Amino acid sequence: MTESTTRAPAARAPSARSARSAVAGRLSWPVAVVAGIALAVLVLPLAALVLRAPWADLPELLARESVLQALVLSFATASIATACCLVLGVPLAALVARAATWPTLPRRVLRAAVTVPLVLPPVVGGIAMLLLLGRRGPIGRLLEESFGVTVPFTTGAVVLAQVFVSLPFLVFAVEGALRSADRRTELAAATLGASRWQVFRFVTLPLVAPGVAAGAVLCFTRALGEFGATITFAGSLPGVTRTLPIASYLAMQSDPDEAIALALLLLAVSVVVLLGLRDRWLPGVRA
Amino acid sequence: MRRMARVVTAGTLVFATASMLTGCASGGGPAASSSATTDADAAPTTITVFAAASLTEAFDTLAAQFEAEHPNADVVLSYGGSAALAQQVLEGAPVDVFASAAESPMRTVGEAGLAVDPVVFATNTLELAVPAGNPAGVVGLDDLADPDLRIALCDPSVPCGAASEKLLAQEGVTAAPDTLESDVKAVLTKVSLGEVDAALVYRTDVQSAGDEVEGIEVPGAASVVNRYPIASLAEAADAETAADFVAFVTGAAGRRVLAEAGFGAP
Repeated sequence: MTESTTRAPAARAPSARSARSAVAGRLSWPVAVVAGIALAVLVLPLAALVLRAPWADLPELLARESVLQALVLSFATASIATACCLVLGVPLAALVARAATWPTLPRRVLRAAVTVPLVLPPVVGGIAMLLLLGRRGPIGRLLEESFGVTVPFTTGAVVLAQVFVSLPFLVFAVEGALRSADRRTELAAATLGASRWQVFRFVTLPLVAPGVAAGAVLCFTRALGEFGATITFAGSLPGVTRTLPIASYLAMQSDPDEAIALALLLLAVSVVVLLGLRDRWLPGVRA
Repeated sequence: MRRMARVVTAGTLVFATASMLTGCASGGGPAASSSATTDADAAPTTITVFAAASLTEAFDTLAAQFEAEHPNADVVLSYGGSAALAQQVLEGAPVDVFASAAESPMRTVGEAGLAVDPVVFATNTLELAVPAGNPAGVVGLDDLADPDLRIALCDPSVPCGAASEKLLAQEGVTAAPDTLESDVKAVLTKVSLGEVDAALVYRTDVQSAGDEVEGIEVPGAASVVNRYPIASLAEAADAETAADFVAFVTGAAGRRVLAEAGFGAP
C-alpha cells in the first residue's frame, strides 16, 4: 500500500492526461449511446414528417383558403398573446425574483402558481377557463350580465388560452435574468436619487433585455403551438378560433396531406423563429 | 457576456423542460391489445374496439354484457370522431373492431383492405339539443341561422357534421355556428354546460345526456339518416373474438341495447 502511494506520482502522469481527456474530450460510450437514442427520439419523428411531406403539392396545399385563414389567425393571436405576456410577465417576474427574500411558504406558493400552467396539460387549463369565464362561470356570468360580453368561442378566448400557457416561459426567462443581474448598478442609480420606477425603467429593464427577448421568443412559439386549452375553451371555427394546430388536427381526419403540410408549416415557423432570432436575441447560444 | 450566457441558460432550460413535458403528455396512444396466455384452459384475450363517439353509452353496456358472456375476454373501448378513428386504423393502431357513425369512414378503411365484411347495425337521425329549460327559447332549425345565438355544430369532416350540413341544406337554413367540434360528444358537452344555446346532435345523444339537455325534433330530420357499419379488422390479433363481438353487436342482444339507446334498426 505504502509502496504504491510512493510510486504514485510517476504512475499518475499518463493517467492524469487520460483523466483530463475523459473530462474534456469524448463521452464514455454508454453515455454517448443513450444520448444518441435520446436525440433520435427528438429528431426522428420530425424527420419522418419532412420525408413524408407532399412536397409537389405543397404550394397548392398551403395556398388553400383554410390554411391561409389559420395561418393569419395563428400569427395574429400569438403576437397579441406575446405582447400581453410582456406587459403582464415582466412585473410578475420582478415579483418572483424579489420573492427570493420572502419566507419559505409564500415564496413557494408564488413559484408554484407560476409553474403550474407549465406542467399542467393545456386541456385542463381550457376546462378551468371555461368554468371561470363560461356563461355559467362566476366571472363569465358577470361579464355577460353587465356588459353583454361572452368570452368562449371568440378570438379573444384564443389569446387568453395562449397567454395562460405561455406566460410562465416569459416569467422564468426574465426572472432568471433579474436574479443574475448586477444589483450594484441599481444601488448606484438609487443612491444618485433615482426613484424605484426610474431604477426599474432605466436600469433594470435594459439590464435584463436579453432575458426579456429570449422569453418573448419562447412565448411566441409556445402560443403558436397552443392546442388543448384553445380547442376546449375557444372551440374551433375557421377564421375565428381555428388556429394552425387545430386546423392540422382536424385535417388529419379527412385530408392527411393538408395536415402534414400544416404541421410542416408549424415546424418551419418554430425553427425559423428560434434560429433566425438567435443572433440578435440570444447572443450566448452562438458559443 | 457571462450574464447573458446565464440568461440564455435559464431560457433554454425552461424550454427544454416544457418540451419534455408536452412530449410526455401527448405520448399515450390507444392501448395495445395484449395476448398474454397464462393458462391453456383459460386463455384471456383482449380486443380493442374503436367506436364512434355517439355509440359511447350503448357500447359501454354491450361490452359489459359481452364480457359477462365471455369471461376470458376483455373489451377495451376507444371512442372518438369516426373520421379520426378511421385514420388511426389506417396508421396501424392495434384495433380489432371498428364501428363507425357513417359509411364513408368505414369505406376508407375498407379501401385499404383492412375491414372484414362491414355490416350496417344501426341508424340514427339528428335532433336539436338545447340546455335544460331552453334559455334562448329555441323553437326550430331556423334559429340556427340567428347570429345572436351561440350555436355548436359538428365539423363537416365527421359524420354528424356531414349529416348536419345535409339537413341544413335540405331545409334551406344557413347556419351561423360559433364552433365546429370534432365529434358529437364535444358538441353535446357544450350544450350540457350551457355554453351554447343550441346544437345539432344525434337523437341518441339527447337521450343519453339526461336532464341537462332537452331535445327538439326537427321536421325533415327523418330523411337524413346516418347508417352505422361495424367490421372486424383484417389485422385483428384475435380474429375469432373480434368476429364474436361483431356478431354480438349485430345480434339480438345488440339490437335490444341499441334500441334502448334510441338507435333505429338497420
